[in-house]
Amino acid sequence: MASQNKRIAKELAECTSSPPPGITVTLPNDSDLHKWHVTLDGPENSVYAGGRFGLVVSLPADYPFRAPTVTFATRIYHPNVTNDQLGNICLGPLKAENWKPSTRLAGVLEAVRALLAEPQPDDPLEARIADEFRAERQEFDKNARSYVQRYAKGPVKFDVAAVGAAAAGEGGEDKKGAGGAATAAGASRSGGNTASGP
Amino acid sequence: MDTDDDFMSNVSSEDDMLPDDSDNDLSGDEDFGFDDEPDAYIDSQKEIGHKKKAAYDITFKVYQPSDVLKQQTELIDEVNMILDISKEEAAILLRYFRWNKERLIEDYMDRPSQVLDAAGLAQTSAGPPKMQVIPGFVCDICCEDEPGLESFALKCGHRYCVDCYRHYLSQKISREGEAARIQCPSEGCNIIIDARSLDLLVTAELTERYHELLHRTYVEDKETLKWCPAPDCQNAVECAVKKKDLDKVVPTVSCICGHRFCFGCILNDHQPAPCELVKKWLKKCADDSETANWISANTKECPKCNSTIEKNGGCNHMTCRKCKHEFCWMCMGLWSEHGTSWYNCNRFEEKSGTDARDAQAKSRVSLERYLHYYNRYANHEQSARLDKDIYHKTEKKMVQLQKESGMSWIEVQYLNSASQALQTCRQTLMWTYAFAFYLARNNLTEIFEDNQKDLEMAVEALSEMFEKPIAELADSDLKVDIINKTSYCNKRRVILLDDTAQKLSEGLWTFNTELTSLGANGGSSARR
Ligand SMILES: [Zn+2]
Ligand SMILES: [Zn+2]
Ligand SMILES: [Zn+2]
Ligand SMILES: [Zn+2]
Ligand SMILES: [Zn+2]
Ligand SMILES: [Zn+2]
Repeated sequence: MASQNKRIAKELAECTSSPPPGITVTLPNDSDLHKWHVTLDGPENSVYAGGRFGLVVSLPADYPFRAPTVTFATRIYHPNVTNDQLGNICLGPLKAENWKPSTRLAGVLEAVRALLAEPQPDDPLEARIADEFRAERQEFDKNARSYVQRYAKGPVKFDVAAVGAAAAGEGGEDKKGAGGAATAAGASRSGGNTASGP
Repeated sequence: MDTDDDFMSNVSSEDDMLPDDSDNDLSGDEDFGFDDEPDAYIDSQKEIGHKKKAAYDITFKVYQPSDVLKQQTELIDEVNMILDISKEEAAILLRYFRWNKERLIEDYMDRPSQVLDAAGLAQTSAGPPKMQVIPGFVCDICCEDEPGLESFALKCGHRYCVDCYRHYLSQKISREGEAARIQCPSEGCNIIIDARSLDLLVTAELTERYHELLHRTYVEDKETLKWCPAPDCQNAVECAVKKKDLDKVVPTVSCICGHRFCFGCILNDHQPAPCELVKKWLKKCADDSETANWISANTKECPKCNSTIEKNGGCNHMTCRKCKHEFCWMCMGLWSEHGTSWYNCNRFEEKSGTDARDAQAKSRVSLERYLHYYNRYANHEQSARLDKDIYHKTEKKMVQLQKESGMSWIEVQYLNSASQALQTCRQTLMWTYAFAFYLARNNLTEIFEDNQKDLEMAVEALSEMFEKPIAELADSDLKVDIINKTSYCNKRRVILLDDTAQKLSEGLWTFNTELTSLGANGGSSARR
């Protein structure tokens, strides 16, 4: 619908002309306004500082009446992001029951960045990482920094996150938690994803 | 609430739906001294006191959609009068307070502005909702700014174009099934859209769906009300049994549509087993389905001549066509022994402890024990289904019977009663085996097993008569036998349910599992 594109075009223009701090928005395909690539700079004074994180934003056909999906394309060690290649995020405003059509993507992206500065362990997607964040902060910091070194340096890639990520990412948390990421053996963990399919 | 229900709703007890044997009770089986079929109005009986209310009997009320609507309207009108607020506001407040009128009035009297705020009703005195064209308006959702754009705002003043408002509302109503708590589309604004604003904005079709959803929240918000789960049934049932009571009572209710269900868990009637046991049992059966699959097979071999025997009725008394050997489908034992007092087809005999020393033997015994009960549970479930098939054939039979014997429709109703008794009793029997599986032995279990066995024997006997060819059914002696046996089956069922319910309410049963579901992930032991 043309009127919805008007809204998206306006938001895109705002995000590119005066982007929120630490956030860069690009369109991977100029003819598709519904797919955004976002680069997020890890907030200063956080364990993610110095890292650059790729986010893929997909706007549904009836945006803004339904919430966009936002996923991390870059692996990140965080209580509210699934510790896998899907990179699903648990963020209040993006939940269907909370989403309001007046919500702006710039605000959503800022909320994601704020989540890096201040993880919410009480509403986790990765229970084990949340526990670690609360009880063994030093260990958490070490793991998060090691993920940054491993995945969030150099040019940002957006093609990692699988299509249909949102559907497959739910319900597999405990398995992944048990698999453990303490050794940061990221490459060998892809098996965990296939096991938790729909 | 009980002013208008004389004919609209149905004060009832679960026995209403039992085949009524009061007028075909020719049996003379009066040795039970038990008034087994309480009439519909149990409450008044209780007050009179000379008639005993069965322990498993639950008081409940059935409401038709018009009753439910009327109740809501009355509550809304009442709050509208007492608090001097509009009906829309009264409705929103009542929904916010989950229809607890007393608490709403009390809280509102104390601190009206906080209550209005919390329920999403801003305190401004705007007129009736209307669409407006405002010069220079830009819709914040679609970013349209063309002149003459119609817009709408709730009391909060967050204004959007009418198209966006409509799209938003139809999304909420048809896609998310939301009605009572649809907020203003503005981020962070908790103002709730009222019915009048909605009626103004959306299509008639959507308005209908919206009111239907609103209507549903009335029942869904109240712990004492539940929808009848039967497909296409619009009735609601009111019952005072609370979640915390479910370890003491199995609240079976029956809707006027004929569906009997548990008010606690909405599953089909599962007396005498308490809800929590049913939940655990069904989970266990699902987990162990592969192990137990062979049981549900419809064919077995004759234990004597090994020829294949197919089960095509509910009756467990099998006679081999070839060698005429008579045996029990469930335990494959001699049928002739089933009538004797020492034979127990229903009880699982624990092997003496000595040969179950090592873990492997123990797990084998526990599997055997499970299979014993599952076998019988599944068999009654299957038989109930087969009996139901027979019931459909029964209707045909009855027509034939009328032709052949010259009996009237009324005179052949005993077959209908028999068929219903078979299904009801088998459903009870089925759940007695799940009950027994979790029952820890004490001095009371034997009475239970005796009741179970008596009911089972009676049901099998009736089932056998029921499957006789039409020619024999026309025989007047058999008719009397069937009538008597039907009545006897119903009595045995009542006795069993009364005994189990009584002891459950007194906490006399001990179970080898927890009856409370506080620890939601407690029952994981069933997994390998
Ligand atoms: Zn608009
Ligand atoms: Zn508002
Ligand atoms: Zn019903
Ligand atoms: Zn139940
Ligand atoms: Zn045989
Ligand atoms: Zn047997």
